Amino acid sequence: MHPLGEKYLRKSSLPTLFCPGCGDGTILNAMIRAIDKLGGTDHFLFVSGIGCSGWIPVFINADCIHTLHGRAIPVATGLKMAQPGKHVVVFTGDGDCLGIGGNHFIHAARRNLNVTVVMVNNYIYGMTGGQVAPTTPEKIVTKTTPYGNIEAPFDACGLARAAGATFIARHTTALPRLLMNDLVKAVQHSGFSFVEVMTQCPTQAGRAIYGSGEPSVLLNELKGRAVVAKNVELKPGQFRVGTLHQDASRPPYAPIVTAEGTA
Amino acid sequence: MAEPDAVKIIHGNEACVEGAILAGCKFFAGYPITPASEVAEVMAARLPAVGGVFMQMEDELASINAVVGASWGGIKAMTATSGPGFSLMQEGIGYAAVTETPCVIVNVMRGGPGTGQPTLSSQQDVYQAKYGSHGDYEPIVLVPSSAQEALDLTVRAFNLAEEFLVPVIVLTDEIVGHTRERVAIRAPGEIKQRRKPGQGEYIPFRPMPDHVPLRGNFGEGYHILVDGQLHDEYGNRVGHIPEKSAQHVQRLCDKINQNRDRIADVETRNIEDAEVVIVSYGSSSRPALRAMKEARAQNLKVGWVKLKTLFPFPDEQLSAIPARAFLVPEMNVGKIVREVKRATGKPCLSLPKLGGELHTPAEILTALKEVM
Repeated sequence: MHPLGEKYLRKSSLPTLFCPGCGDGTILNAMIRAIDKLGGTDHFLFVSGIGCSGWIPVFINADCIHTLHGRAIPVATGLKMAQPGKHVVVFTGDGDCLGIGGNHFIHAARRNLNVTVVMVNNYIYGMTGGQVAPTTPEKIVTKTTPYGNIEAPFDACGLARAAGATFIARHTTALPRLLMNDLVKAVQHSGFSFVEVMTQCPTQAGRAIYGSGEPSVLLNELKGRAVVAKNVELKPGQFRVGTLHQDASRPPYAPIVTAEGTA
Repeated sequence: MAEPDAVKIIHGNEACVEGAILAGCKFFAGYPITPASEVAEVMAARLPAVGGVFMQMEDELASINAVVGASWGGIKAMTATSGPGFSLMQEGIGYAAVTETPCVIVNVMRGGPGTGQPTLSSQQDVYQAKYGSHGDYEPIVLVPSSAQEALDLTVRAFNLAEEFLVPVIVLTDEIVGHTRERVAIRAPGEIKQRRKPGQGEYIPFRPMPDHVPLRGNFGEGYHILVDGQLHDEYGNRVGHIPEKSAQHVQRLCDKINQNRDRIADVETRNIEDAEVVIVSYGSSSRPALRAMKEARAQNLKVGWVKLKTLFPFPDEQLSAIPARAFLVPEMNVGKIVREVKRATGKPCLSLPKLGGELHTPAEILTALKEVM
C-alpha cells in the first residue's frame, strides 16, 4: 500500500465497494493528498450522504458520519456548530445534493456556512441501478426514462453561485492533480466552498450516456470535454474546470454570542 | 429537591426551554410551526446567553439532522415541532436510533391528520411517537401534563438520552404548551452526561453490561465511523450478514426494554382500595384527577394513574394495581387503552374524545359510573 494509504485509510473498512473503473477511488486519493497537505485527519470531520459517493470518506481513518439520503449538509451544519475549529467536509452525489437534498444545499450556501461540499457528479443514480438524475442530460435513456429524458439538467455550480456560495470549483477525475489543489483551497476557504467533480461511472452512466462501460474511454471523454484555459470559448458539451468563483469578502456564518454567553 | 432558582408564571413551551437549559442543552435547530413555535422563539432568545447556538433551519428534515450532527459534535441538542413537522422528522429519529445518537425532540401535539387542527390540542400522535420511523427500534417517550412537568420531563429527557444514547421524545400538547402556570425553575436531581471511554482501545458500539455503549465524541481523536446502516461494534456495515444485523437491532431494543425499571415512571393516587382506576396521561390527566376527587367525594372507590412515561410502557406498575377495571380517557380515537388492556389483562373502558378540547370532569365521572 502507498505510504499515504497506510497513514490515512481506515483499513477495517477495506476493500472499497466501488465498481472497477469508478472515479470515486480517484476522488478519495485526491482527498487523502489534500488531508496530508493540511496537517492530517485530526483537523477534519467528514460527513456523507447516500449514493456511491457517500462511501468515499468511510474509507478515511477519521471521524466520519454517513448520514441519511440528502441530509449530509444539515448534519454537517450541526457538527460545525459543535466543533467550529475543525474542517467539516461533506461528500455528496448529484442526486443526494441537488435532488433529495437540494433545499439544504441552497440554504447552506445562502448562510455561507463554513464547510466544504464535494459533489460527485456522475449524471445518474448509480447505486440504485441507473435511474435519471437532476443532472442527466436531455434525451438520455435511463432505467426511468425509457423514452429519453424530457427534463433539463441542473448547472450545480451556477446554482451554488446564485444561492451565495463563496468558493466554487469544478473538476474532473480525468485531471486529479487540479482537483487535489482545489480541494486544498476549498478547505482553506472561510465560508461555503463547493467543489463539483465530474466523474466516470462505467457501470451505469457510461453505458446509458456514452455507450461504453470502458473506464479509459470515459476518462478520455471527460478529458476532452474539460476546458482548463480561462479565456477560451466553450464548445457544445464542454465544461470549464478550475476555481470558478471566490469571494473572501463575505464573512462566514457565525452564531450570535451575547455578552453573558462569552462570560 | 433543590431550591428553585426562580418561580415564574410561564407556559409549557417556555418551560421546555427552561428545562433544556438546566439540562445543559447547547444547540437547538427548528422550524416554525403552530403550536410549538414558542419553543424556538424562547430558545433563540435564551441560548446565546448560555453559550449555545440557535438555528432556524429550512425545514424539519434539516432540523432533526442538524441536531444529530451537533450531538456527535459533543453537545446536548434538541428540536421542537408539531404534527406535520413531527412526521417529517421521523426518518431522522430512526437514524438517531440506529446510530445511538442522544437527542431530544419535543412534539407539541395538535389535531391531525394532515394539516389538521393547528391551533387546538390532541393526543393523536402517541403511536407515531413510538412507531413513527420505519424498522424496529425503541424510542423513549415522556408525556408532561403541566408546565412544571414540561420542565421536569425535558430535564429527564436529556438525562435519559445521555444515559441510553437514544432519541427521547417529549410529547406535550397544545394545552400543556400554551397554559401559563406557576413553574419552579430548578433541575430535578442530577444532570447526567454520556459515559466517556476510558484508557486503551475504544470500540464505539461495543455495549456495556446494560447494553449501552460508552460514547466518545467527534473531534476527540477517536476516528469514529457512524453509519445509518446496520453495523458492528466498530461501525462497519453488516447489512449483508444476517446474524450480525439481527444482533444490532436486538441490542437497540434490549437497551430500552431490559432497562424499563430505570425508565418507566407513573404517578398514582388512591389505587390501593380502588375498584376502578382512571389511567390518564398528558393534559387529559387534569380532568381525570378532578373526576377521581369528585368520585371519592361521592364515596366511589376510584383511583388515578398518570403515565409520565408512555414508552417503554409501564407494564409492571399497571399490572400491580389491584383494581377490577380501568377507564382510559384520551384525546384521540382510543389508543393507549390497548396498552392498558395488554398490561393489566382486565376490563378497560375507552373514553375517546376528538375535536381538540379536553374531556370535562363530568364526562369522565359519567363514564366512571358506567364501569362501577
